[in-house]
Amino acid sequence: MSEITAPAYRIIPIIPALKPGAMESARSFVANDKIQETIGFPGQLVDNWHDRAIVKMGELLGKYRSLKVYMDACVHCGACSDKCHYFIGTQDPKNMPVARQDLMRSVYRRYFTLPGKLFPKLVGARDLTREVLDEWYTYFYQCSECRRCSVFCPYGIDTAEVTMAAREILDSVGYGQKYSNEIIGKVHKIGNNLGLPGPALLDTLQGLEEDVKEASGFDVRFPIDVKGAEVLLITPSADFFAEPHIDSLIGYAKVFHATGTSWTLSSKASEGGNFGLFIGNYEHMRKIALRIREAALELGVKRIVVGECGHAWRVAYSFWNTLTGVGEGADENDRFAMMLQKQLDHRYKQPVHICEFTWDMIEKGALSFDKEANDKHIITFHDSCNVARGSRMGEFAGGQFEIPRDIIKAVANNFVEMSLATTREQTFCCGGGGGLLTDDLLDLRVKGALPRMEVLQQVVDEHGVNFMATICAICKAQFTKIMPIYGFDRRMVGGVHQLVSNAIRLGAK
Amino acid sequence: MASIEVNGKTYETDEEGYLVNLADWNAEVANYIAQTEKINMTDQHWEVVNYLREYFEEYQIAPAVRVLTKAIGKKFGAEKGNSEYLYGLFPYGPGKQACKIAGLPKPTGCI
Repeated sequence: MSEITAPAYRIIPIIPALKPGAMESARSFVANDKIQETIGFPGQLVDNWHDRAIVKMGELLGKYRSLKVYMDACVHCGACSDKCHYFIGTQDPKNMPVARQDLMRSVYRRYFTLPGKLFPKLVGARDLTREVLDEWYTYFYQCSECRRCSVFCPYGIDTAEVTMAAREILDSVGYGQKYSNEIIGKVHKIGNNLGLPGPALLDTLQGLEEDVKEASGFDVRFPIDVKGAEVLLITPSADFFAEPHIDSLIGYAKVFHATGTSWTLSSKASEGGNFGLFIGNYEHMRKIALRIREAALELGVKRIVVGECGHAWRVAYSFWNTLTGVGEGADENDRFAMMLQKQLDHRYKQPVHICEFTWDMIEKGALSFDKEANDKHIITFHDSCNVARGSRMGEFAGGQFEIPRDIIKAVANNFVEMSLATTREQTFCCGGGGGLLTDDLLDLRVKGALPRMEVLQQVVDEHGVNFMATICAICKAQFTKIMPIYGFDRRMVGGVHQLVSNAIRLGAK
Repeated sequence: MASIEVNGKTYETDEEGYLVNLADWNAEVANYIAQTEKINMTDQHWEVVNYLREYFEEYQIAPAVRVLTKAIGKKFGAEKGNSEYLYGLFPYGPGKQACKIAGLPKPTGCI
């Protein structure tokens, strides 16, 4: 593998010069037949892929009215074109959101509109050839579905949904991505993206109890499969495995300990992440989410709390209600959803984000902190795309922006904002979201992180920032990997509950 | 399917050079994979690789980074029980790079 280097920071952050074809060879590995067939997709590209792809596209256009609107509504105004971190970092014009969507829109016109059927050349309609299909695979796996471009679209076109539809069509003809689809197979089989079996999980959690005891002197528990616990914590499996993720897991446990909350993890539902969303596949998304319902019913919990994972929270907040019956709006004919509705305690929000849980306890005065414990850190906060643009927290608009910041300010003395053009609803993706957090796309990930790294550098230079907090497992893993390539220390990245963990008083109150 | 050839014998790997069959692993294969990763295997590297294989045999997965650092610290001296030491040995990240050399499957997910 050739050496991957970071692109230079832009002196003036304007639309970069175009480099057509710059990323045409950046293709993540295609799933093999074993991976594909395990999750019910054709193993290889099927012989009649062209016809099946068009049929599938028609099916999706019928099922998702939004997709049809997005295909028709774009006027090519260009407002989105320079809003994508991958375009900024790679300069490949096909990474302009409008151009990426047009890979599908041109095919839509050819097969689903009258002018496209009659006069394809006049309206920019294209046949779905093998070259076009390959182009789809290449560039729809260079989109992290972060939806920053959608914020700037005057028509509100959700480009992530277009990417999801394209991936769904590709999967249906046997053209899947190794990274995402292998992971989906593991969740169905073992219960989490990592493939971490129960005994290994138990061993890890026991080790954590020892570590926390040694470091703090307190018996903080990491319970698993405890029937009758009040809270079921659903968190990304990376929290059990990776650095710095695990430090936030310790933070959640300390919050539960200090507030006297009975809680449990589940070996069956040991994954918050849901890659079914990334590939736009409703059935997989539902099947993954149903593990959580099963675990909640078996354990008899009253509340479901979600850990620091961006797309897990989007799925939980926006889709769990109809998928599983967590939250309002479950299908009345779905017996288990109704059972869960009855079981959960509706004096509380369902589901609730760990940041909402912690902030609520802080406001009630149930937690206290030694803020000085975080004095070595000058902290900034990176909003994760799926939390920022796909969900909410708290009882007021923008709660998903304020609550994590409020927690940081409650547990630490030094907090600095990055440029407002790159935070909150305008936040840039970390560069590794949406199923792209794989080594075979490292070059793309490094380039895609450029705009975030530019503004991080600013606050490092101006304010001496040395810690970037975030609430997403993908962001944490992505930054840990790519920041050294930009000359930053990988330990500059961590979770909000890592900061909570540093400062929380376990004995007092 | 990709493959590597070590001492005249062919071993099946995935696209990224991870061994497909765990049972294929041996010291020569490990040395060969290490070379492709630009790592010169020392006793310190072997300590980590052997521990990974032991852990995998018991749990069917590589250990969490924290479990690994703790175990290495306990077994081989406290000065080795930190992730800086492990990153020093395996610059691409102890999780993935050391697993590859140990012939274990690549850990997947948000890591």
